[in-house]
Amino acid sequence: MTNSIAELEDAKVILIVGSNTTEQHPIIGERILAAARKGAKLIVIDPRAIHLSGFAEVFLRPRPGSEVAYLNGLINVIISEGLEDSEFIAARTEGFEELKQAVAEYTPQKVEEISGIPAEDLVAAARIYAGSERASIVYCMGITQHSTGTDNVLSLANLAMLTGNVGKPGTGVNPLRGQNNVQGACDVGGLPNVYTGYQRVDSEEVAKKFEAAWGVEGLSRQPGLTLTEMMDKAARGELKALFIMGENPMVSDPDLGHVREALDKLEFLAVADIMENETLELSHVVLPAASFAEKDGTITNTERRVQRIRKAVEPVGDSRPDWEIVCALARKMGASGFDFTSPEEVFEEIRKVTPSYAGITYKRLGTQGLQWPVPDEDHPGTPILHAESFPIGKGKFTPCEFREPAEMPDAEYPLLLTTGRLLFHYHTGTMTRRSPSLVREIDRAFVEVNPADAAELGIGDGEAVKVSSRRGSVEVNAKVTDKVGKGVIFMPFHFAEAAANVLTNSALDPVSKIPEFKVCSARIET
Amino acid sequence: MAENGSEMNYRLVPSTCVYCGTGCGVLLEVTGDRLSGTLPQKDHPVSKGALCIKGWSVHEFVYSERRLTKPMVRSGEVLVETDWEAALAAVADGLSAARDKHGPDSVGFFASARCTNEENYLLQKLARAVVGTNNVDHCARL
Repeated sequence: MTNSIAELEDAKVILIVGSNTTEQHPIIGERILAAARKGAKLIVIDPRAIHLSGFAEVFLRPRPGSEVAYLNGLINVIISEGLEDSEFIAARTEGFEELKQAVAEYTPQKVEEISGIPAEDLVAAARIYAGSERASIVYCMGITQHSTGTDNVLSLANLAMLTGNVGKPGTGVNPLRGQNNVQGACDVGGLPNVYTGYQRVDSEEVAKKFEAAWGVEGLSRQPGLTLTEMMDKAARGELKALFIMGENPMVSDPDLGHVREALDKLEFLAVADIMENETLELSHVVLPAASFAEKDGTITNTERRVQRIRKAVEPVGDSRPDWEIVCALARKMGASGFDFTSPEEVFEEIRKVTPSYAGITYKRLGTQGLQWPVPDEDHPGTPILHAESFPIGKGKFTPCEFREPAEMPDAEYPLLLTTGRLLFHYHTGTMTRRSPSLVREIDRAFVEVNPADAAELGIGDGEAVKVSSRRGSVEVNAKVTDKVGKGVIFMPFHFAEAAANVLTNSALDPVSKIPEFKVCSARIET
Repeated sequence: MAENGSEMNYRLVPSTCVYCGTGCGVLLEVTGDRLSGTLPQKDHPVSKGALCIKGWSVHEFVYSERRLTKPMVRSGEVLVETDWEAALAAVADGLSAARDKHGPDSVGFFASARCTNEENYLLQKLARAVVGTNNVDHCARL
C-alpha cells in the first residue's frame, strides 16, 4: 500500500476494485464501512455483488477481464470533462499527452460494449472519484490475477496520478496482500530478480555488495525463474530438484494436472511444512515445521508495517522453526554464514543489507511495529509513500491498451469462470480446515450460477453439477444466486477435493508472470 | 504459578494474526504449556481491538491432528519417519546432487508468504550463496 489502513477512515471517496474486502480482509472491510458511516462515498467495481456493494454510491459489475477497458474509460471521462488535477500533473508527472491520446477511443459507449458496464454508471463513477479532494483506491487479486494484470495495475496508477490522489492522507493506490507475509517475503529477497529491499540481482554493484556481506564469490547475476516458470521447467525435465518451504502448490497453483506432472518429474522434492498436505505425496523428504505460535520472528503487513510474532509455546512433536531448518540444511551443505542462534540475529543481518529496514530493531518494533522505509534508528517510519516525489523522480503515465483474456467463452465452454476466497477460509485450507470454529461455518466447495443461466441449463439450487474446463473437471453443488452476472460462474479455491484450480488457466501476465486465475472458460453439466 | 504449584499458569503473548495481510494484533492465551485462546490487542494501530472470525480462532490449527511432527523420508511408495540428522542429510544430498550434475539453475526454491522475514531471508541466502541460483520465488502471484 502507498498509504496506511487507518487512513482509509479519512478518505472522502474509496474506490474498491477486484477486492471482496469484507471476506478477504475483514478488518480493512470494517474500516471502509467506518469511512462510509463518516460520509465517504464508496465506488465498488467487481464482477460479483459483494457485501460492500450494498453500501456503494455506484456499483459497477464488469465482465471479468475487461479491467483495462473500464479503467481507461474512467480516465477518458475525467479528461473529457476537465476533472483532472492539472497542477499535480504538471508538477509531479510526465507522459500525460500520450495517456490522453491512448484513452481517447475508450468512450463510455465503447467501454459498455466491452465490459457490460452501463455508460451512465461509468460516467457517474468517474465524476465521484475525480470530484473529491481525497480518494483512495483499494485493490486485490481481482486486478492482478489476469494475463493483463500489470496493465491493470498501471491503469490504476494512471487514474490516481491523473487526479493527484497520491502522497496525501486518505489517497493512494493500495493493494491488499492476501498472505500474511507476502509483503515481507518480497522485501527480504524471496523473488528471483532481487535481493532484499528490491536490490536487483543483475546489478554488478548490488551483487558485489552481497558477495562482501555474505563472504562469498560469484553470486549469479542472472535473474532466476518465477514459481510458475519453475513448474514449466520441471514439467520439461529441466528443473531437477526443488525445496518447498510452507507452500502447497498441489492446491494453490493453476492447472493442477500440470503441477502434478511437473512435481512428479523432479528427481528430488523436499517439503518443509506445518501440516499434512496434498503436495507431500510427491515429496522425497518431509520436514515438520513449527507454527507461528511456536517461534519468534517478524512479518510485514500490507501497509509495510513490520511486526513481531512471538513464541508462546514449544513446537509440537519434533517440529522445528523454518529458520532453524534452513540454517541446519545450509550447514549440512558445508556453508558458513548460517550460525544464527535466534531470529533476532538474522534480523540484524537483514537490516545491515537492506536500506529500507536499516532503522528497525526488535526492540523498536514492540507491539506497534514500524512501517518501512525506516532508514535509521531515529526515523519514525513511513505511513505514506511518494509524499514529495516518486523513487524515479516524476511519476510516469503508462498508456495501456485493452487485450482480451487468454481464454474466452466459446461454443464448447460458454461460461466465464472466476475464482476467489471465502470469509471463513484461507488459501488452500491447510490451516482453516483444521480449525473447528471455521469448519463449522462452511466446509465444502460450491459454484455460484446466475439464475438465468441456471434456468437455461435446468440446474436447481443445491444440485450436484460437474464444472469442466479444457484442463479438467470437478463435481460440486450449485448455488443459484444473482451475486454473479449472467454468463459468469464463481468458485472458491480452498477445497482440495473439488479444487477450482483443476479448472483454471495457467496463462501468465507477460511481465508479472501472474497466472490468470480470474478468467477461464468453462461449462456446467448436471 | 502459586507456591504449591497447583494453580494453572496463565499468560498472554502479544503476536500478529497470520490469516491475511492485514496484520491484526493478537494476544495468544497460554494456559500451562498450551495455547488456550486468542484475544484482540486493544491498542493495535491496525485492528484497534477488533478481530474477524479467523483471527479469534487463529490458535486452533496449532494442535490439529494433521500437524507434521516427525521428519520423513520416502521409501518406495511410502514416507517413513526418521530423525532430523538423516532427513537433513537427505535434503542436502538431493540438492547437491542436482547442482553438481546439472548445474545450480537445475535447483529451485519456493519461499513462503506464510513464513517470517527471517526465514525467507535465510532461504534466499541458501539458494543464492550456497547453491548458486536465483531460482527462488514464492506464492505472491497465487
